[in-house]
Amino acid sequence: MSGPVATNFVELDRVSLRYGDDDDGTLALRGATLKVAAGEFVAVVGPSGCGKSTLMKVVTGLWPPSAGTVVVSGREVAGPLSIVGMAFQNPTLLPWRTTLDNVMLPLEIVQPHCSRLRRERAAYETKARDLLGLVGLKGFEERFPWELSGGMQQRASLCRALIHDPSLLMLDEPFAALDMFTREELWGALQDLWLARRPTVILVTHDLREAVFLADRVLVMSARPGRIIAERAIDTPRPRPLSSAYEPRSVALVQELREHINAARTATP
Amino acid sequence: MTAQPGPTVTEPLDFLPERPRRSARRRRKALRQVLPWIVILAMFGLWELVVRAFNIEQFVLPAPSAIFASAWQWRWPILDNAWQTLLTTSIGFAFAVIFGLLGGIAIGASTLVYDGFYPALIGFNSVPKVAVVPILVIWFGIGTVPAIITAFLISFFPILVNVAVGIATLEPELQDVLRALGATRWQVIKKVGLPRSMPYFFASLKVSIAFAFVGSIVAETVASNKGIGNLMLVASSRFEVPLAFAGLLVTAVMGIGMYAVATFIERRMTGWATRGADAMFPAQG
Repeated sequence: MSGPVATNFVELDRVSLRYGDDDDGTLALRGATLKVAAGEFVAVVGPSGCGKSTLMKVVTGLWPPSAGTVVVSGREVAGPLSIVGMAFQNPTLLPWRTTLDNVMLPLEIVQPHCSRLRRERAAYETKARDLLGLVGLKGFEERFPWELSGGMQQRASLCRALIHDPSLLMLDEPFAALDMFTREELWGALQDLWLARRPTVILVTHDLREAVFLADRVLVMSARPGRIIAERAIDTPRPRPLSSAYEPRSVALVQELREHINAARTATP
Repeated sequence: MTAQPGPTVTEPLDFLPERPRRSARRRRKALRQVLPWIVILAMFGLWELVVRAFNIEQFVLPAPSAIFASAWQWRWPILDNAWQTLLTTSIGFAFAVIFGLLGGIAIGASTLVYDGFYPALIGFNSVPKVAVVPILVIWFGIGTVPAIITAFLISFFPILVNVAVGIATLEPELQDVLRALGATRWQVIKKVGLPRSMPYFFASLKVSIAFAFVGSIVAETVASNKGIGNLMLVASSRFEVPLAFAGLLVTAVMGIGMYAVATFIERRMTGWATRGADAMFPAQG
């Protein structure tokens, strides 16, 4: 991203989180501070078990932090936010719903869609079909999740995360369980979705190439208890072709990030 | 010149026409449909054979032919009493479904309700329901009501436990999908918990319906002047052993019928749990 950041959409100020009530509970985050601008695509990488997923839970309001403040869209987070869309490593589609009904699930819960859904069902359905078409799932709307391949399920899961036009998209290793070809395909699909709608994205991943290919900025977390120890702006012009992931520039960036992570793994906090 | 060898590309091959497999599959399907009848007929045939070969007295073990003859002879009283049993069982079972579902939801959804009520429920379930019948007679007198209540008491616990388990074992990620959107507790149960527990629920219905028949027939035997249980009691007291067996037969037929109804509803509602396997093997079950 060029130029100074105008507004911070997500702001974490010295956030700590301890699981369990006692002092001997696991400390997952300690003093994590980060800022994400509106419309920015940020990737968070780090050694395994560093509290990346915990970070997601804190930002979305699923877990209250033990210390520090989380501000999203100018307000301190006190509980789950309906302006957030989430996708996880597991597609978590509901097996008794068709792909279309799965994608439309958030509309049944989030206001104002929830009260409009009955009257404007056709319009919402068109929207869901369009979204599915955008990720290449045209013709699979009436299929059940078990009839889709893993990659297709994950695409549907992305659509579900986006159907209610969230201004913040939280992705927790969404492509980790996929094979390399499918993963790269979905990188493209995700970039297209982001370019078309420009939500703020926080992507947690352990795949450095994924982070470099997709993000405007990569944040590196330390080993548990996690905090942000380094960040790297990626200014490769958009839209990025898949081949850009294999260009020397990207490879050099991946190398640089890898060294940060190696340092984070060996350093004892 | 040492040119690096490029990847070799395989030419596309001709393909052979696929072999027809449909007729074999259809024959297998037909076999699966008639197989249950063959087994039942063979069982009756063996039974008849054993009774005749060993010359077993009719008041010890009547032959199927004698049972069917007796059933035909007493067809109107049997139908009348079977209707009574079916009615009491169905009413008791309906109550069991309603209370089992509601209780299961409450226990599965709230750890507080679970902690509070579960031990008491287990204690309640350990009481032999047959022993409760005399007390019910004191409260409600001889007749239909004790049979309905016994059928209910004996069949509601499996339903409750299964629904509770289905809701309580909800995957945390699935819950997070909805909770992250700001869903209320009730919304999470309605959208995810309940649909997910439906396969458990139907599995319990199949167990419970048999229990409900046990309950109503035992109550009829002890404390009623109507119903299949009463009919069998009267028949055996008059040494009409074939008629008592006919009562058993009619009960088995009613049990199979109710099971089939439960299976039918299950197929329509939870086809997703068997991943559409029923569509491939419609002869199953």
